[in-house]
Amino acid sequence: MSNEGASCVRVTSSVGGSESSDTLTQAPQPKEEVKKMGVTVGQKAPDFTAPAYFKGGFTSVKLSDYLGKWVVLCFYPGDFTFV
Amino acid sequence: MSAVAANYETLQKLDAEVISVSVDSHFVHKMWNDHELVKMVEGGVPFPMVADQAGNIGRAYGCWDENQGIELRGRFIIDPDGVIQAMEVLTPPVGRKIDETVRQLQAFQHVRATGGKEACPAGWQPGKTTLKPGPDLVGNVWKVWNPSMED
Repeated sequence: MSNEGASCVRVTSSVGGSESSDTLTQAPQPKEEVKKMGVTVGQKAPDFTAPAYFKGGFTSVKLSDYLGKWVVLCFYPGDFTFV
Repeated sequence: MSAVAANYETLQKLDAEVISVSVDSHFVHKMWNDHELVKMVEGGVPFPMVADQAGNIGRAYGCWDENQGIELRGRFIIDPDGVIQAMEVLTPPVGRKIDETVRQLQAFQHVRATGGKEACPAGWQPGKTTLKPGPDLVGNVWKVWNPSMED
C-alpha cells in the first residue's frame, strides 16, 4: 500500500489527468479556473487524480486507471454528516 | 456512504468498482471509517474514499456547491470506455437508493452486451422484456410492452 498521502504537505485533487499537485509550492490559480463546470451523460467522465483513504492506508486514485471496468462514482456532502 | 459500502459486494459481482468523493481529507476519511462507518458496515468501507478538498473534482462533475463548500450528492455510472451513462444529483438531506443504481447498472450492461441492439424499458430488471428498436417496432411497442409489465 502506497503511503504517499501521509506527509504533512497538503496533496489535493486535480482533474484532467495531471498528477496531484502540492498546494504549498503552487501559485494560486487564476480566478477564471473557478468557472462553473459540469458533465452530461454520453460524455467522457473527466479524469482526476486525488489522494484517498483505502483499507487502512493512503493511496492515490486515478479514474482512468479504471478503464475497462464499470465505475460508480459517488459524491457526498461530508464525513460525519448524517445521511 | 455506509449504504453504498453495504452493497459493495453486489456491485463487485457486476464488475463495478466504487469510488467515493467528499471535501474531507483522506485523514478525516480514515477517522470517519475507523470510528463510525466500521460500526455500521462490517469491515468498514471497502473502496477508496477520495479527498477533494479544493472541490476540483466536484466542480468538474457539476456537484460542487460553492456557497456551502461541499459536494452535492452526485452519483455517476461510468462504463468501461470511461463514458458517463447515468447521473443523479441530490441535495444533501435525502439519501440515494442503491437498488436503483444496481438496476440501472444492470440495464446499461445489458444494452452494452447486445451492442445497443436491445433497449430496456421503464423499470426494467434482468429477465424482463427488452425492446428491439427497428422499423417493425414503430407504433407497435404496445404489442410487446406496457407499464403493467414493470413489476
